Amino acid sequence: MTTSTLTRQQIAGRLIGTDPDLLVVTGLGGTCWDASQAGDRDLTYYLWGGMGLAASTGLGLALSRPDRRVLVLTGDGEMLMGLGSLATVARIAPGNLAIVVVDNELYGETGGQSSHTAGSCDLAGIARAAGIPDSRIVSDAAGLEELAGAVGELGAAVRGPLFAVARVPGQLSGPPAELPPRDGTYLKHRFREALIGPHALR
Amino acid sequence: MTAPVPLPVSAPVTWPDALYDTLKRVGIDQVGHVPDAGHARLIDRCEHDPGIAVTGLTSEEEGVGLAAGAWLGGQRAALLMQSSGLGNCINAIASLAEAGQFPLLMIITMRGEWGEFNPWQVPLGRATRDVLVAVDCRVLDVHRPDDVADTTLAAARLAFDSSQRVAVLLTQRLIGTKAFR
Repeated sequence: MTTSTLTRQQIAGRLIGTDPDLLVVTGLGGTCWDASQAGDRDLTYYLWGGMGLAASTGLGLALSRPDRRVLVLTGDGEMLMGLGSLATVARIAPGNLAIVVVDNELYGETGGQSSHTAGSCDLAGIARAAGIPDSRIVSDAAGLEELAGAVGELGAAVRGPLFAVARVPGQLSGPPAELPPRDGTYLKHRFREALIGPHALR
Repeated sequence: MTAPVPLPVSAPVTWPDALYDTLKRVGIDQVGHVPDAGHARLIDRCEHDPGIAVTGLTSEEEGVGLAAGAWLGGQRAALLMQSSGLGNCINAIASLAEAGQFPLLMIITMRGEWGEFNPWQVPLGRATRDVLVAVDCRVLDVHRPDDVADTTLAAARLAFDSSQRVAVLLTQRLIGTKAFR
């Protein structure tokens, strides 16, 4: 595997920070911190738990709003716990869904133990074999630009689902000085109000 | 091993249609399921309904994520599973659905409780209720076909109007014991 010149901050910043309309579901831990550092926003639902469920949550969201683009930004450990959901996403094939795995090849929140992707496990290959033809590996700024462009045209010029592994071997992401909101009920309400309008809470 | 004694055959089954009608009445937009014989007719009805997006899951826990995502987007989902599938969902129910106070409507066909012939189905069938209660789910039983619609309606209101995790247990006496021969 070639080296990567990407940083975690670059990935979240490019994919989320410049796209206010994008509906975002994050994984827990690193990608939660990454997404919040790219700018806390109402239309990001941070998972602080529910490991393995980011992709399936993104699927339910994508199906409910085919008129909107949905990004799941998660980590390699989180994705590994929900591998079956890749087969489910492929089977349903929502055109408006992208799943991007920020792959640091380790479990950052638990002491940096190496994950399966540090060895022979190829998540993009798994996604492709599950039935997601557009499964990429991104390791430099040019690839990130292409990916951001594809996410920007999801559902229109680009038919999803789209899967990408953004490689950041060994890069850890600690909690930001200002943590993102961690009350799941609050996050739910603010997401729904921003997306659906005030009647979402009535 | 001696073949199991067949249980009496019941009248033609219509409760899955009552269940389908109730899901429509409460505005279900999405259904997630892992196939189950007891849910076969309901799954078929949903798959033939262009107004319901049906997602076949590899594991029941995906359905908890699916339902949360649907709710974030403004839709209502129902999750169909067998009691043995509940065991696959526990962390999802507790650490996603409960933590975010998401509505969750689960329609669970019971195994292992009434004339079960497969001992491998008994342990989780026996634990289903306790496990649901332990992760703060409301549990509503249905023993008779005539109660399917009302109970499902009540469960859906509890889930979507009061933001609860609710399981409707379709008891094995209602659905009939699986006969392999």
